[in-house]
Amino acid sequence: MPTNTLSPPLLDVHDLCVSFTSRGQVVPIVENLSFSIGEQEILGLVGESGSGKSVTAMALMGLIDAPGVHVSGSARFKGQDLLGLSGKQMRALRGREIAMIFQDPMTAFTPVYTIGWQIDEQLRAHHNLSRKQARTRTVELLGEMGVPDPANTANRYPHQLSGGLRQRAMIAMALSCNPSLLIADEPTTALDVTVQAQILDLMRRLRTTYGSSVLLITHDMGVVAETCDSTLVLYSGRAAETGATQDLFAHPQHPYTAALLASIPPMNGPRPDRLPAIPGTPPQPLERPAGCAFAPRCTYTHASCLPAPPPTFCTVGPAHKVACVLPGEGNPLPKRAYTSATPVL
Amino acid sequence: MQFPSPTVQAAPPRSSSGATQPLLAVRDVYKTYSLKHGQTLRAVDGVSFTVMPGEVLGLVGESGCGKSTLGRCLLRLNDVSAGQIIFDGQDITRLPERILRPLRQQMQMVFQDSYASLNPRRRIGDLLAEPLRVHRTPDGRKHTPMAIAHRLEELMELVSLPRAALERYPHEFSGGQRQRVNIARALVLSPRLVVADEPVSALDVSVQAQIVNLFADLQKSLGLTYVFIAHDLAVVRQISTRVAVMYLGVIVELGETDTVLHNPAHPYTIALTQAVPRPVVGAPRHAPLRGEIPSPVNKPSGCRFHTRCPAVQTRCQNEAPTLTQIAPNHAVACHYPVLKSTHA
Amino acid sequence: MIMPLLRRLGQTVFVLFGISALVFAVFFATPGADPTARIAGRNAAPQTMEKVRKEYGFDRPLPVQYAIMMKKLFITRDLASYANRGELVVPEIMRAAPVTLSLVSGAAVIWVVLSIGMGVVAAACKGSWIDRTLMMAGLVGISIPVFWLGQVVNLITQNRYHDTWLFSWVPGLGYVPFTQSPCGWFLALVIPWCVLAVMFVGIYSRILRADLVAIMGEDFIRTARAKGLSPARILLRHGLRTALITFISLFGMDFAQLVGGGALLTEVVFGLPGVGRLTYQALNSLDLPLIMATVMYSAVFVVLANALVDAAYLLLDPRVRDAH
Repeated sequence: MPTNTLSPPLLDVHDLCVSFTSRGQVVPIVENLSFSIGEQEILGLVGESGSGKSVTAMALMGLIDAPGVHVSGSARFKGQDLLGLSGKQMRALRGREIAMIFQDPMTAFTPVYTIGWQIDEQLRAHHNLSRKQARTRTVELLGEMGVPDPANTANRYPHQLSGGLRQRAMIAMALSCNPSLLIADEPTTALDVTVQAQILDLMRRLRTTYGSSVLLITHDMGVVAETCDSTLVLYSGRAAETGATQDLFAHPQHPYTAALLASIPPMNGPRPDRLPAIPGTPPQPLERPAGCAFAPRCTYTHASCLPAPPPTFCTVGPAHKVACVLPGEGNPLPKRAYTSATPVL
Repeated sequence: MQFPSPTVQAAPPRSSSGATQPLLAVRDVYKTYSLKHGQTLRAVDGVSFTVMPGEVLGLVGESGCGKSTLGRCLLRLNDVSAGQIIFDGQDITRLPERILRPLRQQMQMVFQDSYASLNPRRRIGDLLAEPLRVHRTPDGRKHTPMAIAHRLEELMELVSLPRAALERYPHEFSGGQRQRVNIARALVLSPRLVVADEPVSALDVSVQAQIVNLFADLQKSLGLTYVFIAHDLAVVRQISTRVAVMYLGVIVELGETDTVLHNPAHPYTIALTQAVPRPVVGAPRHAPLRGEIPSPVNKPSGCRFHTRCPAVQTRCQNEAPTLTQIAPNHAVACHYPVLKSTHA
Repeated sequence: MIMPLLRRLGQTVFVLFGISALVFAVFFATPGADPTARIAGRNAAPQTMEKVRKEYGFDRPLPVQYAIMMKKLFITRDLASYANRGELVVPEIMRAAPVTLSLVSGAAVIWVVLSIGMGVVAAACKGSWIDRTLMMAGLVGISIPVFWLGQVVNLITQNRYHDTWLFSWVPGLGYVPFTQSPCGWFLALVIPWCVLAVMFVGIYSRILRADLVAIMGEDFIRTARAKGLSPARILLRHGLRTALITFISLFGMDFAQLVGGGALLTEVVFGLPGVGRLTYQALNSLDLPLIMATVMYSAVFVVLANALVDAAYLLLDPRVRDAH
């Protein structure tokens, strides 16, 4: 489902910066991040640990309130700036308009209450429902998420459910108030691969059954390729590349994206002797280079990559933008060798 | 309790390796734990396989399939409940610790959590030197400080870490570097067998490939033998010569990597290969399996996979299939294996 | 259901046996504790000594003496004191028990209410001056020795300022049974309650705050916030509810320990004839039957509390419930 470019996007994030102060030093976590999500779009936010992807989600949800953390920029959601809302206004939005699901559904539920109690709680926090009405809706939701025997499952405690069922319950809770935007932070990372496939299936169906847009945060390029309409690749707190998933995977234009895709061991075709690995490790926020953050690990690094400021987005195709100097200098990366979907078995 | 004996005792030695004796042979191994209320958890439920010298056996499966427990049993970090583990022709299943100790030098383990397996208060050099101070040289002498220092430098070179790393503490390293340290530690005593339990799954994507390459390089240059335990099929495919797929404590399919992953015969292996998300944009695929892995405490009757199998038949519910050879170097535990033309 | 109960009963008997045997052995191993001389009185004639020895059975082997003492304590309940001849120890403890129970229950109400209040407020205002003040107050509470505090309070309310309007209501030291005058009971106990509670308020509020702060960093609190719940609801329904699991298990043990005679210092300072003071007297006069009886009484409470704490755990934590 491609984004409808005519209507305004559901969420429009502009120049989002998150930093915190530690021992008098300002540590940047996320720098000048801009992106938008259209109605019923699934946007994949890909990055490694420390790339700032989870922090971005927390900032959008208004869940960052630690002392010393500074959030700036704007995030327009249905006409209001999320970053400028008061705590109370944000609370009314959270769970109702924007909901979130987390990586580990075991620790994400309060251990001492039943699953049903916790879903009821969210329903009753935002809607004027009686206990009984809320439970009816809860059971309905669990059923829609493919939970077998929803009425009984609602009365079970988080630890009594399997990982997949817990994540289904988590999604049911997130969707209970019909949010316009669902932020899913690594929703399948803690799950087994066969269960992961089921949950991804469910997430893909959400936008048609619930009309929700999804911001899917993950480190797994495979999950993105199979699930998202468009993709935003983060590296070390900065946007590296964004575009329609199709374009981005067919022709990654940022050396990081290309190298990351190349370093994943293939499931089909001949096995390479050695994987084309990226040398080194992602930089710590305080050791981030002034110029391109990927320069120390990049094979294409040359003089224009090093000085500040880091390269800004340059457009390389419809909605396909890359924060790299190469396309501007007339040396875009070649197309990816491994593009078309190899028929699976 | 009478356990069914698997039909496949040992895979025939591969002609290419030239060796005739397997380095590791596992015969009908069980590992059971007693739980409350008289329940037993059969984590490993009758597993047999062999690993030839210089071979990499990939052990894949989802949570609760017993792959980690089995990995620990191989090195006698756990005692097995029944069966035999034969290392280099010697049955080590019941060897007393005193006799086992010299053999321990030849088998080492690398774990998933690179931080938890290193004492945070000791320098890397200290950590690596310890096994050399404890164990003796093959001719029974102590390692001299000179020899130890030399060996440590050699190790740093092997795992591509700077020598200065020996002076640092575990927390000063990134996850990938720490895993290099762990690998170096496993290699200190020049083992022949390394059991690696999910060694790359906690690492960043951009670092995983480095470590996978390192494992492959070391295997070639030192002639190591690996049992490589992982849930990531793509990683296992990259590194293994043979693959064993486990489900609820048993091996359901065993064979050459390309055969098992490209022409899988067991419905579970097929589903597993289909479920791996590939970094390629295509038509969204649907989940190949319904439901989740049953509890290892209450395993289904008959074939353990029958509750989720898309091709289940009546026979599967009552009769447990045994691991049976369906082609050279390809064994499957299924009553109705999916046979491709290559096997026919 | 029946098996765990039986197992618990077995444990109780075992614990009681162990403690009583230890007390008995230690008593007879202590030099100068020979009960004969104490009972017969100073410079008693050898004949009297011999008579006493026979009468009390001190000439029989120790295991037999032990068995007789246990029989007298638990079955016939006519174990008599060595120090006050003829005084039966079981009724003596039964008289003292309500005093201690009154003292400890009142103090417990104060310390639970105050420490939950202080802990929650401190955790909610983490890092602010309110948090620091409350926790400092808690630390002061822990550091003050209870007998010193009791004496100072007595000095002020009974002596120095007793005739001012502020403390003229304070009755003299001692205990008034509830059945005799509920109002008198309350007035007599309110100051001891507060004094006994001070230290526990300090300990419990600090523990609760630390627990709450740790819990507020948990994933499920983040979920609760993402649901759009109010901060108060998150702190109380999700945070406090989870923290109560440890809180209550601690409370159970402390409460039992106090009921069993642990409030000794408070009882002595305020002249309350409770179990603690009885223990104190028994130890002063090396009166084995009374020591044995008070120790057994205390042990029973601790074992009982242990069982209750386990039951509370089952009630409060569904994870534990399933593990059984």
